Amino acid sequence: MIFKSSTLPRWALLLIWVLIFAAIFAAPSILPVFRLNLLGRFLSLAIVALGIDLIWGFTGLLSLGQGIFFAIGGYAAAMYLQLTSSAKEINGIPEFFGLYGVQELPAFWQPFYSPIFTLVAIWLLPALLAGLLGNLVFRNRIKGVYFSILTQASLLVFFNFFNGQQKLINGTNGLKTDVSQLFGQMVGSANMQKSFFWLTCFLVILTWFLLRWVVRGRFGDVLIAIRDDEPRLRFTGFNPTLFKTIVFAMAGGLAGIGGALYTVQSGIVSPQYMTIPFSIEMVIWVAVGGRGTLLGAILGAVFINYAKSLVSEAFPETWLFIQGGLFIVVVCALPEGVIGWLQNGGVRNLFTRFGWSTPIATYPKLQNSGIDEVQP
Amino acid sequence: MSDYLLELRHVNVSFDGFLALNDLNLSLVTGELRAVIGPNGAGKTTFLDVITGKVRPTTGDVLFKSRSIARVSEYSIARLGIGRKFQSPRVFEKLTVQENLELAVSEPKQPFPLLFGSLTAIQRDQVQHLMSIVSLQPKARWPAGSLSHGQKQWLEIAMLVGQDPDLLLVDEPVAGLTDEETELTADLLKSLAGDHTVLVIDHDMEFIRRLDTSVTVLHQGHVLCDGSMDEVQSDPRVIEVYLGSSEVDY
Repeated sequence: MIFKSSTLPRWALLLIWVLIFAAIFAAPSILPVFRLNLLGRFLSLAIVALGIDLIWGFTGLLSLGQGIFFAIGGYAAAMYLQLTSSAKEINGIPEFFGLYGVQELPAFWQPFYSPIFTLVAIWLLPALLAGLLGNLVFRNRIKGVYFSILTQASLLVFFNFFNGQQKLINGTNGLKTDVSQLFGQMVGSANMQKSFFWLTCFLVILTWFLLRWVVRGRFGDVLIAIRDDEPRLRFTGFNPTLFKTIVFAMAGGLAGIGGALYTVQSGIVSPQYMTIPFSIEMVIWVAVGGRGTLLGAILGAVFINYAKSLVSEAFPETWLFIQGGLFIVVVCALPEGVIGWLQNGGVRNLFTRFGWSTPIATYPKLQNSGIDEVQP
Repeated sequence: MSDYLLELRHVNVSFDGFLALNDLNLSLVTGELRAVIGPNGAGKTTFLDVITGKVRPTTGDVLFKSRSIARVSEYSIARLGIGRKFQSPRVFEKLTVQENLELAVSEPKQPFPLLFGSLTAIQRDQVQHLMSIVSLQPKARWPAGSLSHGQKQWLEIAMLVGQDPDLLLVDEPVAGLTDEETELTADLLKSLAGDHTVLVIDHDMEFIRRLDTSVTVLHQGHVLCDGSMDEVQSDPRVIEVYLGSSEVDY
């Protein structure tokens, strides 16, 4: 890795993009409804993974609590959808309230009658919460594993809270969205699901471009500098707390968007979205795909989840072993993830190892002059 | 009220009862080049930590441009005009030489200008100029991590200059450099003095001699003496702290 501008060759990038667009356009006619729906869900998770890549791959903040923001985005969407179809219910409020004897809609539900408020809340609420939590932590210069532990602890706090609030948000049962009405159609209908699939694809690509712009300029250089030597950056006149708060809020917002899209495509949001294993899985997608490569985050999220559903259908008990094994292999053999490995000449190095390709010379001039090897 | 750019007044720094700095008084005039030497554990690095805000003085005060900076955050101190070069070279290894310098010259150093703005023509010229001073122009697009030790030292000095501070604090700039590189570094620092105020900390006596400037000797967190290199080297107290206890008959 001598030159930083070591990206995939142009033809490979172009090919990848052509394949992606072809897949997006062809998917609804090729894939059965069930598979399309799965792909849409996994693409929603790719948005979350992109956010994790921004804070972990580029800024070095390993958050194990992205499930908080993911679930909040999901709940925001689900609350709106519950309200749109609750007019005919008792008291005109969502059905589950009746189970707990709640007569009146809790006040914080009120704004979710508005579709515009909901669309803003889906990303703004998690972003604000992430910004607030992040700022408190970063201001006190908590970093590294301590930051990771704190995010995981916060996740547990939110999980327990949401689980216990039957009268507010139906507790552990969560909120269902698939039988709600939107634009005169059922959210769970095949037609609706196809629209959500397109929307998700569009947002993944939009997020990818947005983050590429963020990480490529001097702002991105500051993030990398924070990851590699934060104290040094401070003495250069930058305030890392501010930058970290901003990117953590951005990642929170993206997790919220991903959570909302995931919710409408899976038909339910519940505190299960805030379990500890799920948030760790999110990190694994990015690690396997390639930390610090945006494409790696997307591909990691989609392929691992697809593999998970295929393997789980065939051999239900084995997936956890495969996932664990995958993580170990990546950590040991491909620390930069699959895409990072490809970008750093991984294929060539592998060929060299088998003798199918000549190694890159340390002293090319000597090789040209006929000397095979420099004797030590 | 004073002509001093930097003033340390009765600064004490205590780490769990251990006095790293003990009633330290020191002042620098604008444009001065000052060398600070001292045996291991004399408090040289703590002294820089106090000026740059990494360590807070337990008692006493630090004045920069007649303003107290004893309780100001590191990045604010850097913005006020104090730049620091670390003992071992600390550059951002995954960023290229050019990107390292671009961060140093960026102004303002705030998220949104960095996100939406771009470098001005003057700043871009400055980056090129800095790279040519330290002969790193051919390696502009190399990651800083791939540079040699000496080149990293110079890149860090160039970054420091790029920040355009009024006061440059330079901690052991020639550690691990070749003789030739040491000479070039000494010349570079001398050429910076005048426009900037420069404070150099080092062990290397030859290097300090080459700087040809006034020297302050620290010992046990306290200023032992100051003067020219010759005066300092012939001071019996300096010989004592460098060579051994007073029992030795000199």
